[in-house]
Amino acid sequence: MEERAFNDISYEKFLREEKLMGSRCKGCGRLYVPPRPLCIECHGAEMEWVRMKGEGRLAAFTCITVPPPFMMAQGYNRKNPYCTGVVELAEGGRVDARIVGVDPTNPETIRVGMPLKVKFLHWEEDGKKETFLAFEPA
Amino acid sequence: MAKRRKLGRGVAVVGAGMSRFGMFRDRDSKDLFAEAFRDMTASVDKGLDPADIDALYLGNFSNDYFMRQSHWGPLISDLVGITPKPATRTEGACASSALAFREGVFAIASGFYDIVLVGGVEEMSKRTTEEVAEGLALATVPYEGKAGFTFPGVFGAVATAYFEKYGAGREHLMNVTIKSHENAPLNPKAQYPYTIRDMMEAKKASLEKRGIPVPEWEDEKAFLRDSKVNPVVAWPMHLYDCCPISDGASCMLLVAEEIAKNFTDEPVYLAGMGQGSGRGFHASEALTYFEATRYAAKEAYGMAGMGPEDVQFAEVHDCFSIAEIIHIEDLGFFREGEGYKAVEEGRTRLAGPKPINTSGGLKCKGHPVGATGISQLYEVWTQLRGKAGARQIPNKNLRVGAAHNLGGTGGTCTFTILERR
Ligand SMILES: [Zn+2]
Repeated sequence: MEERAFNDISYEKFLREEKLMGSRCKGCGRLYVPPRPLCIECHGAEMEWVRMKGEGRLAAFTCITVPPPFMMAQGYNRKNPYCTGVVELAEGGRVDARIVGVDPTNPETIRVGMPLKVKFLHWEEDGKKETFLAFEPA
Repeated sequence: MAKRRKLGRGVAVVGAGMSRFGMFRDRDSKDLFAEAFRDMTASVDKGLDPADIDALYLGNFSNDYFMRQSHWGPLISDLVGITPKPATRTEGACASSALAFREGVFAIASGFYDIVLVGGVEEMSKRTTEEVAEGLALATVPYEGKAGFTFPGVFGAVATAYFEKYGAGREHLMNVTIKSHENAPLNPKAQYPYTIRDMMEAKKASLEKRGIPVPEWEDEKAFLRDSKVNPVVAWPMHLYDCCPISDGASCMLLVAEEIAKNFTDEPVYLAGMGQGSGRGFHASEALTYFEATRYAAKEAYGMAGMGPEDVQFAEVHDCFSIAEIIHIEDLGFFREGEGYKAVEEGRTRLAGPKPINTSGGLKCKGHPVGATGISQLYEVWTQLRGKAGARQIPNKNLRVGAAHNLGGTGGTCTFTILERR
């Protein structure tokens, strides 16, 4: 694998390739998703890439009816809310991710603790490609 | 364990002022700060010659974004006529002016300056709601923004985690809103000086006038349950769980303890202060508390030689209803997972044993983000001096009050304890 800096640019690049990647400290073994260049446990700086299985459970969520402009551009609004949340990964650690395959107009039906699997949402606008990390019910 | 902090020399607050908070089409940052400054100078019992001010520290989060104008330090030192005295801007998102306060304290405690003006200002209402949401979201961590989190969204998610862990629900959040709105009409500076019942009656009257059938709301909670008047913003955060968009300014005069009596016979002293930093939401220890608040509180209590039981009342950063519940736990006023019960039992009401947000809080007083930290300290100072009028805490022996300010999604938190001796 090519050398990639342990940063957000690489994290995003991996997402476009449908890979959820974290960094693991070679010194103490702690795992970070998204990746960190410096270990905050042992303060080591030697990292290696690790690919996540893409399984987890919902730790917290919200259904948003007043979106920021970039989400409005994707068609979300008061009548068409979206769900986003925090997912606890099977490997440990948490990520912020969109939650799809649930009904954001009925938030009572969405349960903290529900098992989830990863999904990559590809978006293209004005020639600019972006991938949003998402999870859906497993 | 944090080292016990202490100052090189003591610092006193001898004046404080704030503008009315609100959405003002025809007012700007400068005239709002001028109002706060006049209010402050009028509060200095033995008078202040502004020429004696050594320096200004000014909190401002993002007038750069909101007003397309940055570099507010010298604009404000010029406004109040103290150039060429130094002016420094501090930024810590919604905690920006709490940081200005701290810088002022450090400057005096070090012996470098004797008389320092600290303040904050923000002008937000000239942007659309979506633009304000985007501007505020600049203070989230990048992964939150990309996942579509707004500020109400982050606190909505915190609420779902809290509900799951402790068995609380939306009804408990309503108790916070109703309590804050009880205090608001007693605060002449508040943006929304109305009780929920006032707002319910006003809504009924307006529907009646337009010939629209009036719903049968039996009480405040029924009103808040009605999604027509209280729509969801970011589940479970509804409109009445969220602080408004506001313009406003606040300031305080800090002086070295040994010269405090030159300004007033009733100074209020800094007893303890702390500040913490926090990680993004995804990387924090837990989703149901803020590490930075706990660290700030530990520092402040340690410095003051006090505990949560010594703080008789507090302003806490209730940007959203759930936030108030979490802060009163993080600050040690109530046990973890029991903050919502304390609110339900009325313990945090004006006449309760631990009044919280007597000003009406960010929810009702307004939240011009850069001005909020010092406006909270303004409330503590006002209460300690017994000048809070109709919202004065009934306890005749008020000596210690505190303010908690939170920036971003918990990235910057401060806790400041003031005392009357
Ligand atoms: Zn390590």
